[in-house]
Formats: sequence, structure tokens, C-alpha cells
Amino acid sequence: MNLRRDVFQAIADPTRRAILLLVASQSLSAGAIAANFDTARPTVSKHLQILTECELLQQEQNGREIYYHINATKMKQVADFIEPFRKMWDDRFNKLESVMKKYKNK
Amino acid sequence: MEQKTKINAEEGRQDLVITREFDLPVDLLFKAYAEPEIVEQWMGTKVLKLENKKYGSYQFETKDKDGNVVFQSSGVIHDVWPNEKITRTFEMRNTPFGVQLEIYEFERLADDRSKLNMHVIYESAEQRDQVLKLPFSYGINMAHNRLQEVVGKLK
Repeated sequence: MNLRRDVFQAIADPTRRAILLLVASQSLSAGAIAANFDTARPTVSKHLQILTECELLQQEQNGREIYYHINATKMKQVADFIEPFRKMWDDRFNKLESVMKKYKNK
Repeated sequence: MEQKTKINAEEGRQDLVITREFDLPVDLLFKAYAEPEIVEQWMGTKVLKLENKKYGSYQFETKDKDGNVVFQSSGVIHDVWPNEKITRTFEMRNTPFGVQLEIYEFERLADDRSKLNMHVIYESAEQRDQVLKLPFSYGINMAHNRLQEVVGKLK
């Protein structure tokens, strides 16, 4: 069984995206992250585990606590390089749609 | 907000899937790929040749305002099922991206709704990632050029 997580699936979840935003500016402990959500602590832990498995988050041991920070390289890969590509196709398809709507009404 | 155009590009694979839903009947969506003068309008390129049939081929070309060719692409059409499916190859000339196999599936959702499923297979996972990064590096270059323009005017 392939246990490797898909990065794009990982960022499809709104809670996981919110976690990424939280740790974007600073390293936070699991407890500090969980405090920002109404969700049960084990659920947040599960999200952290998924984000760590697909290398979007990196763990750092600090005393007794594990801190999470963002893996900039991986994030860059996802956000920067897929979005302009998607945008390019979205623009192209929008054009197609408007051209064909005019064509239909002729 | 739900995005209309979705890209599914799994890590380490040499293919990707682009899907999009249109407020168009499926025959009009198909026509947008089959009629040269319509392709020209939405692709923004000149269609030198487009034989949308089994064993047909196509050639696109874009020139800048000074008449220099800036983009050339071509491919062969493997098969066509009207209003359902097109299988074809695509290659951009003078680029290191190689040839790609494209499978277009046109799906009727309702009288005025349709969906395009575009499966693209590249020669390798590395080549796919290069193509994915292309608009990104282009965007950076554009930003850089604009910056140079602005800075140039300040001089």
C-alpha cells in the first residue's frame, strides 16, 4: 500500500489550509495550533500528521514540546507552480465559454 | 469558492488531468475544438491547418506585431468521436518539452451544461513538471519586464 500522501489532497482541506496559514509566520506547538480551532485536539493532530507526512510541515523538538513550522520549499512548489498553470487554463476556458455563448446567440 | 477549472497533478507522475464545467451544450463545447475559426478566437493563435478527423493533423502559429513567429505548435489527430472524444498529440516547436498525448472527453451534464475532461500524458514526470512551471516562470519574467519598464521610465 502506498502511504505517501498527496500534497494536493492535503491542501484541499480548509482546516489544513488554516493550519498552514497559522504557522506561515512562526513555529507553533501542537497545543498552540489546536487552541485556534473548535475541532477536537485529536482531529487537529491528525491534520498535523497528514501535513507532516506530505512534508508541508516540519517538526522541531523544543524541550518537551514539538513545534511545527512550514516547509517553504514544498509550499512554493504547490502554491506557486500549480496556480499560474491553473489560472492560464481558467482564462483560456473562460474565453472559450464567452466565444461560444456569442456563437450560440447569433 | 469552488473553482471552475481544476488541475489534478499528482506528485511523481507523468500525466495530469484538467477538468472544467461549461455553461454550454456539449455540441458547442465540442465545436470550439473542431472549427478552425472558433479555435483561433479563444486560443488567440492562427490556425494554419486543422483537420479534425481520424488521421488528421493540425498546426497553430502566433506572430508578434512585427511578424516574428513567437509560438508554433502542431500534432496529429489520432481519432475523433463527435461530441464525445478527441485523442491527439501536441508539441510546441523549439521547446524542450517533448510531445504530449492529449485525451479530451466531452460530457453532457444537462441541455446547457457540459464538462471537459482533459487527460495529458507527457514523456516523463520531469517534463510534466517543467510544463507546469512554465506559466509560473513566465509570470516572473513578465513582472520583471514590467519592473524594468517602470525603472527605465524613471531614468
